[in-house]
Amino acid sequence: MLIEFMMIFLTLVNLIILSTSRLSTCIKVIAFQGIILGILPVAEGHFDIQLVIFSIIAISVKAILFPSMLLRTLSQLNIHREKKPYVGYGMSLLIGLGAIVLSWWISKNLPLTVAPASSAVLPVSIFTSFVGLYLIITRKMALTQVIGYLIFENGIYMFGVILPQKQPLLVELAVLLDAFVAVFVMGITIFHISREFDHIETDQLSTLRS
Amino acid sequence: MNMSIRIVQPILALILSPLLLGIINRTKAFFAGRKGQPLLQTYFDLWKLVHKGVVYSKTTGWVFRAGPIINLSAILLITLFIPLGHSKAVIFFDGDIFLVIYLFALIRFFTILAALDTGSSFEGMGASREAQFSALTEPALFLALAAIACGTGKLSLSEILVSVTSRFWLANISIILFVAATLIIVLLTENARIPVDDPNTHLELTMIHEVMVLDSSGPDFAFIVFASALKLWIFAALFAGVLIPDIGFGFWPNLAICVLAVLCVSVVVGIIESCIARLKLLFVPHFIFIATIFAVLAIVFVLRK
Repeated sequence: MLIEFMMIFLTLVNLIILSTSRLSTCIKVIAFQGIILGILPVAEGHFDIQLVIFSIIAISVKAILFPSMLLRTLSQLNIHREKKPYVGYGMSLLIGLGAIVLSWWISKNLPLTVAPASSAVLPVSIFTSFVGLYLIITRKMALTQVIGYLIFENGIYMFGVILPQKQPLLVELAVLLDAFVAVFVMGITIFHISREFDHIETDQLSTLRS
Repeated sequence: MNMSIRIVQPILALILSPLLLGIINRTKAFFAGRKGQPLLQTYFDLWKLVHKGVVYSKTTGWVFRAGPIINLSAILLITLFIPLGHSKAVIFFDGDIFLVIYLFALIRFFTILAALDTGSSFEGMGASREAQFSALTEPALFLALAAIACGTGKLSLSEILVSVTSRFWLANISIILFVAATLIIVLLTENARIPVDDPNTHLELTMIHEVMVLDSSGPDFAFIVFASALKLWIFAALFAGVLIPDIGFGFWPNLAICVLAVLCVSVVVGIIESCIARLKLLFVPHFIFIATIFAVLAIVFVLRK
């Protein structure tokens, strides 16, 4: 029951990200998502010391480190809102709704060798990955795309949590480290881009090539 | 459960529904630090309006006169379908969900026609907004009721709410919460409550429901006020019926709890109205869309099993 509520919160939180233009809200939502994801392995009931340490690391990286880095970048940028995404916010919500239904359908037809603790975990992880990819595709701000990358990573992380015994912790930690380095580098890059060009809109950056 | 006891439910609705508006006003007054209207103000208003004469504009036709009458009669009919406290309503049959929702649509249709019939541009504006927003709330309401109908496997409003026992409630709490969230948003929208519409304002540019009945007077207006009070009661009763499970002590305790819950819903509406400001008109569709999302999630969770 606890896991089901966590999954519901994750779904709603993803929908909030799809429908908000405020960058600081997006970052707070990432932090919230990180807390839920960090608790998830413990909430599934496999209680051992290794897992607890791992979830503490996950929470501190996903819920504290990433958001604070992004918030710091945001405070240097003088931008508060995503102005014109390629797809509007109402339409994004509608597409998100379609994605929910699709991911539940996919997970119903996806045979797993181990049964997850709650049947809601798999579809929500697919939906989270979808939201991450969708943000990367449809938003123009580089910062929102970094957020999309993080959400995508969260989705994959959830998929890994379903199979706790099958996946070595070392791999998860390595992924976490990779994500950390990526966000670190991207945060610095965004800051430099905005200092050079006074904006961080990626569609305008692509015109620089010619 | 025999007929003579079941008839208590609509009678309670008729007697108590104007009280809900009084409770909402009192709650809002409390939050604003005022003393507020008497609790029974709506009854006094109704009494006063019934004794007044009616003024019809020369430009109006029979539709304007028929509007309030159809409004009241349809809402009285709906009241007979609404169960209070997990017992059967006076009338019920398979598929009466659809009848109830389309009776609401009928009321809306005639309210809009009556508003358009006056030829006033303000009323036309209100009518267009009402049409737009209700077109958005209807799918949400349908999906929410479909979700709970799927969950219980029943197709009649009475039987659905009878099936919401504490056992069902515990097993399907996520569905119940989603449906309840949808219903509260639909309640606020359909009854022209604050995030969508402000019932107290008479600023024509922003209001929806009030502006459509500007030209009604006397007993006609009394009909409209009473019908909207009943509508609030009906939605509150649905909300309470879904959210509060059957405790299993029989008819009378359940009925008492449900009536209490309905009164509490009006307090909650008053608190919501005190806490948040009205949304920009452009954002209202987003607000209603949230209800649709909750309803779809409820259906997803039902169909998972």
